[in-house]
Amino acid sequence: MMGFSFDKIKDLQIDILKEVGNIGAGHAATALSTMIQKQIDMNVPNVKLIPFSEIEDFLGGEDKVVVGIFLRVEGDIPGNMFFVMTVDSAKQLLKRMMGDAVSSDPEFSEIEFSALHEVGNILAGSYLSSLADFTNLKLYPTVPSMAIDMVGAIISFGLLQVSQISDVAILINTTFLEGEHFIEGHFFLIPDPEAFDRLFSALGVPL
Amino acid sequence: MMNVVKVRMADLNTIGAPARIRTTGLGSCVGIVLFDVKQKVGGMAHIMLPSSEIAKDNQFLNRAKYADTAVPLLFEKMLSIGASKENIVAKLAGGSQMFQFNTSNDMLRIGPRNVEASKLALSNIGIPLIAEDTGGNIGRTIELDTQTGILHIKTANLGVKEI
Repeated sequence: MMGFSFDKIKDLQIDILKEVGNIGAGHAATALSTMIQKQIDMNVPNVKLIPFSEIEDFLGGEDKVVVGIFLRVEGDIPGNMFFVMTVDSAKQLLKRMMGDAVSSDPEFSEIEFSALHEVGNILAGSYLSSLADFTNLKLYPTVPSMAIDMVGAIISFGLLQVSQISDVAILINTTFLEGEHFIEGHFFLIPDPEAFDRLFSALGVPL
Repeated sequence: MMNVVKVRMADLNTIGAPARIRTTGLGSCVGIVLFDVKQKVGGMAHIMLPSSEIAKDNQFLNRAKYADTAVPLLFEKMLSIGASKENIVAKLAGGSQMFQFNTSNDMLRIGPRNVEASKLALSNIGIPLIAEDTGGNIGRTIELDTQTGILHIKTANLGVKEI
């Protein structure tokens, strides 16, 4: 019924997906760097075909609690986008932005919550708009939504579209670190199966 | 150290006392638990989607992924390790809506649909649902103790409970 299979994706396409992560997260890192006036380093994007059974281990396992910001992307490259940080990193980021107004306890106040929400909005927005420019494709992100909860519970929400055709997903994962490594954040882009054909065609490496 | 069997996403398994069986990070997914109160054997499925009719790839249908197919499969496995139908009870946990949206996209309210489909599948085979901790907007990690039949539920923000 579906023409798409993950088997069709070869090294060349994986490299392209890495470039997608590189460009998207590169722009987001610049936006973040401007926001907190610190240098932000970025790792080479990690693009992996991951079976659902290994996803939890891949994310750091078990029921680790994270701050997760989620956007659904519609348009030519439909998919799910997450920006994920540990609770500690989120607190550090807030301190850089808001100074001493940030409490040290692990709970987030309403203003901290909405500040993080806004950061996620800006970062994910700059990731996606650079991706749209790069591919010349149309992307329509939803308003982001935020949750502070178990990493598995958060990311599994982004697997629903893929899960209708397979038990594996491609995660485009880019990590960035603030200079002294107090702040670490991850972008995960999980394209829907139907996104790949259009994405690769737009970039001149059709499946 | 007690033996704990892990059930992964879109997977299921069964176990006998005194072992425990657990699955982590249920969000919109539902953990379906069957327990034979006499034989002390239990089973758990970590389903992602309500119905196998959603599947767009029917060649390799993973029955553990869908509520409608996971329930009968788990039930068969329970019988095959010595459970009797009249002694089996069910518990459910999960089915949250992790993120809030104003949208008509049905996929985003998958949690409640997973819970409804799990209940329907249980009633179709005549297994009573005796306890549930479902819905809301929280993640859950669950662990069944086959010695007692108690399902331990851990959350990130609301502590621990037992059903």
